[in-house]
Amino acid sequence: MNDQKKKNEFLFFSLRNKKLVAGLIIIIFFLVLGFVGPIFSPYKPFAYLNPLGAQPPSMKYWFGTTFFGQDVFTQFVLGLRATFLVGAIGGGIGTLLGMFIGFTAGYRGGMVDEILNIITNIILVIPTLAVLLIIAAYLQVRSVFTECLFIGFTAWPWAARAIRAQTFTLRTREFVDLARMSGMKPLKIIFKEIAPNMMSYLVMTFILQFGGAILIAATLDFIGLGPTNAISLGLMMQISVLWGALQLGSWWWFIPPGLAITIIVGSLYIMNVGLDEVFNPKLREM
Amino acid sequence: MLRLDHVSKIYKVGTFGGKELHAVNDISFDVNVGEVMSLIGESGSGKSTIGKMILRLISVSAGTLSFDSIDVSTLKGGALKEYYRNVQGVFQDPFSSYNPIFKADRIFSIIREEFFPEVDGEEWTQKVHKSLESVGLNPEHVLNKFPHQLSGGQLQRFLIARALLLDTKFLVADEIISMLDASTRIDVLNLLADLKARGLSILFITHDLSLGYYISDKSLILYRGCITESGSTQKIYKKPYHPYTKMLMASVPRLDRKWEKMEIDLKGEHSTSPVGCSYFARCQLVGKDESCMESNPTLIEVEPDHFVACSKL
Amino acid sequence: MSLRVENLTVYYQTLRGDVRALEDATFGLSDGEIMGLAGESGCGKTTLGQSLIYLVPPMKLVKGRVILDEDVLPINDTGKMDDFRYKKISIIPQYAMNAMNPIRKIGKMTEELLRSKKVDFKAILPELKRRLDLVKLPQEVLDMYPIELSGGMKQRMVMVISTLLNPALLIADEITSALDVASQKAVAEMLVEFRNQDCCNSAIVITHDISILYQIADNIMIMYAGQIAEKGTTKTIINTPRHPYTKMLISTLPEVGIRHDEKRLAGIPGNPPLLLNPPAGCRFRDRCPVAFEKCLDVPPFIEIKPRHFIACWKETGANA
Repeated sequence: MNDQKKKNEFLFFSLRNKKLVAGLIIIIFFLVLGFVGPIFSPYKPFAYLNPLGAQPPSMKYWFGTTFFGQDVFTQFVLGLRATFLVGAIGGGIGTLLGMFIGFTAGYRGGMVDEILNIITNIILVIPTLAVLLIIAAYLQVRSVFTECLFIGFTAWPWAARAIRAQTFTLRTREFVDLARMSGMKPLKIIFKEIAPNMMSYLVMTFILQFGGAILIAATLDFIGLGPTNAISLGLMMQISVLWGALQLGSWWWFIPPGLAITIIVGSLYIMNVGLDEVFNPKLREM
Repeated sequence: MLRLDHVSKIYKVGTFGGKELHAVNDISFDVNVGEVMSLIGESGSGKSTIGKMILRLISVSAGTLSFDSIDVSTLKGGALKEYYRNVQGVFQDPFSSYNPIFKADRIFSIIREEFFPEVDGEEWTQKVHKSLESVGLNPEHVLNKFPHQLSGGQLQRFLIARALLLDTKFLVADEIISMLDASTRIDVLNLLADLKARGLSILFITHDLSLGYYISDKSLILYRGCITESGSTQKIYKKPYHPYTKMLMASVPRLDRKWEKMEIDLKGEHSTSPVGCSYFARCQLVGKDESCMESNPTLIEVEPDHFVACSKL
Repeated sequence: MSLRVENLTVYYQTLRGDVRALEDATFGLSDGEIMGLAGESGCGKTTLGQSLIYLVPPMKLVKGRVILDEDVLPINDTGKMDDFRYKKISIIPQYAMNAMNPIRKIGKMTEELLRSKKVDFKAILPELKRRLDLVKLPQEVLDMYPIELSGGMKQRMVMVISTLLNPALLIADEITSALDVASQKAVAEMLVEFRNQDCCNSAIVITHDISILYQIADNIMIMYAGQIAEKGTTKTIINTPRHPYTKMLISTLPEVGIRHDEKRLAGIPGNPPLLLNPPAGCRFRDRCPVAFEKCLDVPPFIEIKPRHFIACWKETGANA
């Protein structure tokens, strides 16, 4: 009975929290757009359709066309897909790696913690741009997936640090001692006692990684280190700027992707703040 | 049954771990079957550290810990799990001992998973009910509830019931009633006394002298990691020898007499060296001098079953 | 100074309704008196102490009034209470010693506190130093951070700060709970010394440890589940209590000198009632060995002997 009450309490506060609800609605809107949008578009993203080149939005081309006559709307909705994919997979890899290293360092402490800390700090300090440039020189073709891997493997330190700190605090609690005295193996303790207690923290970490991954991907795409065989919002911005959209005033080409990235990442962060209030009773307004 | 031989716990402190802190300094004692031993000390005395070492929650820096003549100081894995069948603990804060997001009976199902996987549902329920009744709890009232729905006293008894599910022969009770209300304290204390009568050995860790006197056979008074006085509880309380014990007795608020006017030095700089008497700085003994700090005072038998660690006696 | 509390009733507002934490508290405090306020957790003693000085949401004043030296205290108005706080009434809250700002030196923290109360720090510094000597704290403590002090030292520092402006009434909430036995004795004795030296006029000492009250309090008031059960001189309450709850409470205290095999002490069976929907009448009814039908009505708080008050139908006669 009390399980039900607790779930209802969460739901009650979740639905009352304006930030969470607003952020969620916006994200869902873009998600749906990314899923469903391409179905509405009869064009292919890279097809040279408009012989007039860059044209403002019209009935035929809802978001106008690029310098090459490609339909901006098709590129936009496909780019949304890529963006969410990078966020989910890149952010997911980052979170998982962060969890693995954070839990191990936080639970074991001592020498293991020291070594993992050193590794974390090294990865944090590595100039990712330089490394990526080198990698780009060797990989002629880069897919969205490669980008995800790269982001995941360089973004995890932030998650690892936060998770390690939380694990440290939880590990000294007496119920963990009790679990040890019941003969539970350390891995079991981490997954069955510590992680469930940090559920809100882990969810929020994932959301932050998600947003962060999207931003990093947009930056990489913009400077030309993005995927070579797909379209993403960042790539749209890069190509548009490269091909004179700013000088020609083709605002319909670079403003939608830029605005979309800003709104998506912004909503994610606002959702996070809202979620924090829901999970932490002390932050709620009475 | 349980024996500590020259056990110490040394922490490395200071920048780069240069200095050493002896949280527990060369402690030896033993507890026999069906005996209740009180470890009495204030904060910083090392009493909880000893409890945790016995429960193998922290490592032993020096000395040996033996249970039924087997050295358990370095057990790991499967052998450690076997040790936990016989030795269990209950801690001070009843609410902190439970994972707040799960129901309280989860502690029983963990025991079942780890130690009794082959026992079937019906038999297990019987076992749990029997255990709960032997600690004075009504299974109808306490099962299937979250920790915040139960009172502190009920939670502590729950933990004792958990220990009884196993074949616990030795229970470490670390300040288990200090966070309970006065009216429930005495019930849990009486429960411990009943369990002792049924053959359970208990290490009762506390800072409260009157509780120690109520249920223990033997007592050990600790100050900053060293034993100051030990032996039969009644003999120590009737005639304390060590200056620290005397100070404790004089400072305890009692309901039958008022405090004596006794000057207690509150500032007392503590020496960090493990050599010499740990109580030297606060000692009010008339005959104290530098020789007290030359070496660690050894335990002298001042009467049968009554030992004091003071070189001036 | 004189304090008169009349029918003070304070509830806590929660999502599930009002928690009736304090019901109809009526008592008085005279000049120079140290009154101990004892009871188990949830009895309302902290609520009573706090409502005298800081009644803020979720607490709400349902009825009653507090009169300090002929003035009715505006306890319901936090703004107006500001004039009284720290100057006429002061409090040492529970866990105060852990609440000191860890990144502020103690002297600086005191200075900021005094400045907010429009007191000149430099003018009061000699008095502050004199108080530090009184509690046997070295003068250097003003230059230290809280983490450098032991528990006992922090508690004494908090006591000095709270009584710096010589309040008429000091409310001390569990000031000895987290301390070692030696520090406990020192802090408790210091409180008496403060009263003797006029650093404060009277004090209400809130604690669950009755043996400390035996040592330092003039009068003791026992509370149970939001209601006052009994009030009398220390000697009366400890040696000749009349209320069933007080009697049982005193008897559950193990003393040095009592062993289990000699005399088995008994606890009080049952649990205190939840105050969200408390039972009608005397709230101790369900656990009381001598309860009868009249106990369904709230027993009045009556003076059965000079300075000995009790709220119990059995003791005061059902026809009272």
